[in-house]
Amino acid sequence: MTPDVTVIGAGIVGAAITLRLAEAGLSVTMYESAFPGGGSSGAAMGHLVVMDDSPIQLALTAHSCRRWRDLAATLPADCEVDYCGTLWLAAAPEELDGVPRRIAAYAAHGVQAEQLDERRLHMQEPALLRGLAGALFVPGDGVCYPPAVARALTARAVELGATVRLDTRVTRLAPHEIVLADGSRCAASTTVVAAGVHSAELVPELPVVPRKGHLVITDRQPGMVRSQLVELGYLQSAHTFASASVAFNIQPRRTGQLLIGSSRELVGFDGSINRTLVAAMLERAQRFVPAVSGTRALRTWTGFRPATADKLPLIGRWSAMPDLWVATGHEGLGITMATGTADLIAAGITGSPPPVDAAPFAPDRPMTPMQEEHG
Amino acid sequence: MSAGVTIVVDGVPRRANADATLAASLFAAGITAFRRDLDGRPRAPLCGMGSCFECRVMVDGVANVRACLEPVRDGMQVETGK
Amino acid sequence: MRRARHVDLVVIGAGPAGLAAAATAAERGRSVLLVDQGLRPGGQIWRHREERTLPTVAHRLMARARSAGVKIVMECRLVDVLSPNELVIDFRGRIDRHQTGGVIIATGARERLLPFPGWTLPGVVGVGGLQALLKGGLPIANMRVVIAGSGPLLLPVAATVARAGGRLQIVAEQASGAKVRRFASRVLRDPAKLRQAIQYRWAFRGAPFRTDSWAVRAEGDERVRAVEIIEHGRRRTIACDWLAVGAGLVPNTELGDLLHCQVTSAGIVVDHQQSTTTPLVWAAGECTGVKGDEAAMLEGETAGLAAVGDLPAVNAPERQAALEKGRQFGALLAETFAPREALRELATPETIICRCEDVRRGALESGWTQRQAKLYTRLGMGSCQGAVCGPACETLFGWTPNAVRPPLGSPLCSEWASGLGSDA
Repeated sequence: MTPDVTVIGAGIVGAAITLRLAEAGLSVTMYESAFPGGGSSGAAMGHLVVMDDSPIQLALTAHSCRRWRDLAATLPADCEVDYCGTLWLAAAPEELDGVPRRIAAYAAHGVQAEQLDERRLHMQEPALLRGLAGALFVPGDGVCYPPAVARALTARAVELGATVRLDTRVTRLAPHEIVLADGSRCAASTTVVAAGVHSAELVPELPVVPRKGHLVITDRQPGMVRSQLVELGYLQSAHTFASASVAFNIQPRRTGQLLIGSSRELVGFDGSINRTLVAAMLERAQRFVPAVSGTRALRTWTGFRPATADKLPLIGRWSAMPDLWVATGHEGLGITMATGTADLIAAGITGSPPPVDAAPFAPDRPMTPMQEEHG
Repeated sequence: MSAGVTIVVDGVPRRANADATLAASLFAAGITAFRRDLDGRPRAPLCGMGSCFECRVMVDGVANVRACLEPVRDGMQVETGK
Repeated sequence: MRRARHVDLVVIGAGPAGLAAAATAAERGRSVLLVDQGLRPGGQIWRHREERTLPTVAHRLMARARSAGVKIVMECRLVDVLSPNELVIDFRGRIDRHQTGGVIIATGARERLLPFPGWTLPGVVGVGGLQALLKGGLPIANMRVVIAGSGPLLLPVAATVARAGGRLQIVAEQASGAKVRRFASRVLRDPAKLRQAIQYRWAFRGAPFRTDSWAVRAEGDERVRAVEIIEHGRRRTIACDWLAVGAGLVPNTELGDLLHCQVTSAGIVVDHQQSTTTPLVWAAGECTGVKGDEAAMLEGETAGLAAVGDLPAVNAPERQAALEKGRQFGALLAETFAPREALRELATPETIICRCEDVRRGALESGWTQRQAKLYTRLGMGSCQGAVCGPACETLFGWTPNAVRPPLGSPLCSEWASGLGSDA
């Protein structure tokens, strides 16, 4: 029996899509090469954050975060959903210039945000370096633990009747069927490729590339940091290394451990640890939060963000092949946007009105090829 | 016979042998809970050689120091049971 | 952070293999830095507080190393490697980068500890762990001790306990009597080994030695008070103050991983010249496979010779034959003292498997991979980074341990960052 929809990939996006389609009453079969949440989702920071690098991004993240709120209450405890908020830190006064506009833009989407001066900032986050110019505080942002979330969403989808085939790699898409690594063929009609950085292996010319990131996790430091901390100037960060860049980012986890990021480089699938970038990340973290110096680094790892040239995800029909949809390219917002992506895909497949305008995410939109970043 | 030093364990001065490890000295001082796990249960050295990290204590304000690898020093301030 | 001088060789681990490697290379005129995280050289097997208590062979080797000019620095932890030529080393909190022409890994082995109910109680220690604590000054006089482990290590540890005044209740060996007798008949043909075994056994003559026996549960509240053992099929409970357990040794291969050497769970892979698969990196001793201190010394010496380029000496037939004998002894050890099936079934759903993150057996599905368990339950994500639960899960479920990532030994973020930072 051919399922209504075939979903490839049980990362957080694929899992969210599978669940959403199952909730809509469609029969879904999901294929996952390893286990749910084991790919980029397993390496990710897990932030649930409203971002407005563009109005389109703001619309999708705001909608997605609202949907996470609904979902959070139903997720098991190991998903560690925690609404700790985000503090966008301004090291210099000019970094605050754009904040009032951002607050207004957030408000238009029903997202609360406020500007904090140095005094209030210090009261809220005593561990921060003194003398920062201030911050933008978004109290409604949160964090989650993505592998557990992907697992939980997949399990919920199965309860609703979805079929999930783990340890099953799809190697090729063919008309009306998919081909597995063992050579067997499975009937498919509508297919959604949500295979993250591996999506282009199944959909040639899909403009998604891996953008590598590093993370460091510390030992438990309960109460040291309360909200996610990000530097406002991250987009314009001058701390670049040839084709790589580092920006300050600390996330407190429910365990009290600190997750320290972040870095960006385009080096294909080379997952080796770049010590220069790690050192720069740690130095930046210690500058903003001096107490980080006294925490212990337990481990570092890398992950690959599925990135696109225009910084917007690819969500929608891939017109080069019949009945093919893609859902990837979320770069650093895959966890956040998983819910909104699922809604967009489900709306598209069922012919219902999408929650936000889907046109900007059209996978075959014109895009200049990915450039190496310049320092 | 080795010289003695004084270490302060949870605020209480204790004598210790100068060539002993902190782990051995803490046991000698009657400490059984070097640290506590997530449910508050006591933990103490297991591997004795720095692999297992069960013997973590605070030494002179630095957290998560492995007592089994740490030599005792006169005047060191040790806090256990964290 | 300062960058230390260049040396020809850095040897990591000052046990029998490391001392032999360092002494050999230094005697051939190389500048050698020997580092170890302990307080005194000797590794685990030659752990001591006073040098006069060491066996002659250890004395000789340490004297050779010193008079050859090996720079021995203790309390040194390897934090990270930038390449086989650049190591980041933490000496008492001070981080230095060391330039070196090559590296010899002699990091030894640690205990395999299999979970059972009550194993997290204070006073439950590894067999080697008890030895290490005793050598570190642990008072044990008049305390009741039960040793329930496996392998030749039981004898010297039992002897140490008895000589320190501990009241040894039983020495339990989980391997079968038939296997142990077969092992003994092979090994004790050597008069020196026979003499040593008799000396050990005489030292703890007051306590029974039982094969086919192992611990199934530790009882107590703030510390262990009693242990239930299976002794030749019968259960009995023994009151005790200390319980030493263990199921053999596993090689410390983490540094090999960081240096991109080929590594299996049986050890860092080396060829007949003790070369790893990474150029300019050699490995010797227990970290290449558990085979005992004699093989470790020979392998260390061989690695030292290989590192200075004396290939005729390395390839000499007598040496190669002796190295092969060492490997065969390692195979005999593995076969004799392999953890029995019953040890895999001791954990109940409530038993903690990952001690750092308090992950219980019931949270794990045996059909998972190690990585899946790590991501879903945090198993192996704590301070020890899987040093204890990795080998345990390999025995319990057949899981392949996870990849090693830097840094090693949980350094302070400030230390690691300064060690990695570029020089101004």
